[in-house]
Amino acid sequence: MTDLINELDKEQLMGLYRQMVEIRRCEEQLARSYQAGHIMGACHTYVGEEAIATGVCAHLRPDDAVFSTHRGHGHALAKGVSIRQVMAELFGRATGCSQGRGGSMHLFSPEVGMMGTSGIVGPSILQATGAAYSFKLLKTDRVGVAFFGDGASNNGAFHEGLNMASIWNLPVLFVCENNLYATEVPLSAAGGNPNIAERASAYGMPGIAVDGNDVLAVYEAAGEAIARARSGGGPTLIEGKTYRTRPHAEGMRDGGYRTQEEIDAWKARDPLKLFQERLLAEEIANIEEFEAVESRVKRLVEEAFEFSKNSPWPDPETVLDHIFSTPR
Amino acid sequence: MRELTFTEAAREALAEEMANDPTIFVMGEGIGARGGNFNTTLGLYELYGPERLRDTPISERGFVGMCAGAAMTGARPIVDFMFVDFILDAMGEIINQIAKMQYMSSGRLKMPLVLRGCIGVGGSSATHHSSNLYSVFAHVPGLRVVVPSTPYDAKGLFKTAIQSDDPVLFLEHKSLLNIKGPVPEETYTLPFGQARISRQGTDITVVAIALMINKTLSVCDQLAQEGISVEVIDPRTVAPLDIDAILESVHKTGRLLIVDETFAPCGIGAEVAAQVVDRAFDDLDAPIRRLNGAHTPIPYSPVLEAAVAPQAEAIAQAIRDLMAE
Repeated sequence: MTDLINELDKEQLMGLYRQMVEIRRCEEQLARSYQAGHIMGACHTYVGEEAIATGVCAHLRPDDAVFSTHRGHGHALAKGVSIRQVMAELFGRATGCSQGRGGSMHLFSPEVGMMGTSGIVGPSILQATGAAYSFKLLKTDRVGVAFFGDGASNNGAFHEGLNMASIWNLPVLFVCENNLYATEVPLSAAGGNPNIAERASAYGMPGIAVDGNDVLAVYEAAGEAIARARSGGGPTLIEGKTYRTRPHAEGMRDGGYRTQEEIDAWKARDPLKLFQERLLAEEIANIEEFEAVESRVKRLVEEAFEFSKNSPWPDPETVLDHIFSTPR
Repeated sequence: MRELTFTEAAREALAEEMANDPTIFVMGEGIGARGGNFNTTLGLYELYGPERLRDTPISERGFVGMCAGAAMTGARPIVDFMFVDFILDAMGEIINQIAKMQYMSSGRLKMPLVLRGCIGVGGSSATHHSSNLYSVFAHVPGLRVVVPSTPYDAKGLFKTAIQSDDPVLFLEHKSLLNIKGPVPEETYTLPFGQARISRQGTDITVVAIALMINKTLSVCDQLAQEGISVEVIDPRTVAPLDIDAILESVHKTGRLLIVDETFAPCGIGAEVAAQVVDRAFDDLDAPIRRLNGAHTPIPYSPVLEAAVAPQAEAIAQAIRDLMAE
């Protein structure tokens, strides 16, 4: 781990911890809700990858733009969408962040710079690059951030987006969450070079590989990259090496493509556990304080569940609203 | 009134809008200092520089996807495809992202994005430079599709396209680019979804798209001498489609021919016919007819090329045949 732990104050460190706990407990409730039939469509959880969204989004302002993936609940929460808005959206309710139009793969909250999760792999890279183009044209210091998985790094959008971000020196951060599998296809069978960060050199931009389960390592790399982007220094590719410990999507079988030993080894490196151990070892916080975080988050999640369950369905009369900005 | 070419009129619209709104930028191949393969941006690079007249690598999917992101965050991008055929590499971004973004965000994001490109059969352009595609885009909810046939319409509709907060396909037939027509000095816009009656008549209604308007008009005097009074309707935008103007004309004439350079199956002509049958069956004195280009890739040789697109004489004959029904 880095020395960053000495540079951040306790409030900042516990803020990172709380954010990871919020994502974890929200995801666990979503998984239970899926099993209970409250969630009708796809539900790809972010369990095991919380450190990446948390470490990156801690540096972002509401007017920075995040573009996300099908595994995007954590990005939405870390960018400032409330647990209840995310949960109600997956429950298909009018109170959800996309008012029931989107579900898990279309979480929108432009008010806080959450510009959408996506059911298609790749476009987040291009849209974040375009947001960066916009921010540069408009002479702001806002940045665009693309989250995507190792699967997207083998999509043409990765090549075209990184190349254009580089030639026009755009304020964008590309965050590859390498969880080793594109659904169930291992990166070793899908990428000619499994070190995705190394591909950055092909586009003339910095590429940094970090331990994606170490929130401080992510925080440090993202902080440097975002500061560089804001000050006109151009794009960066960060590869966070991580792992999803639940199936690709809730309700899917999870066998045949990875071993229990591999899952257990990554669970032993759980990002919440690693960070808690570090904070304890450094005597920054004690068990009671972690329990207090857990209990606050538990209440939030329970409240969100009740809110979501009891929220109204969208009015079918509105089904044709918002196809266009103007009626004609 | 002064006369401008189709291209000059559209370019004047672009110049006016870029002068008014610093958030507008154009992306495409060769649209910077070169001024565009079809002179679509000629002279603007000198005024606005590379950030607003952005030459791109040959990454259609990439820069269309980028422009989606830019449109979501405060800019107003215009993508210039040169030939519209090149848009096909970006179809996922257009249909899955751009067309759906406003809806999926429950109207909290806007998508002020123009996608322009040249369409049409002609000039031995061969199959990768001759697409029309307007029926394809008209099928998709969330897209506006503009197919002007005159310089006047090109300017007014292009201005509306640029000012719109919705994604707009602005499709310019290659064979129309150098035609001249009256364009007033004073600025104006034209609404989407409002057809133009290109020629008034009483015996038969012809709905035609883009260049087919001109080809149809070229035979109307001859037909008038034969005693056939043709009303020609130019929808100008196929999405939204001004079906009311077509219904009104069919109510008067009782006969409808749709002339469409591109493929018949699942095309705009089928859509017009279906809506007219549905809403005005009793007005019809004869079956609705379609005259379409052949359902084939577009060949190169001028002899073959002429054989796949409706020509003036075929249009005249189709009108005579329908009058005989």
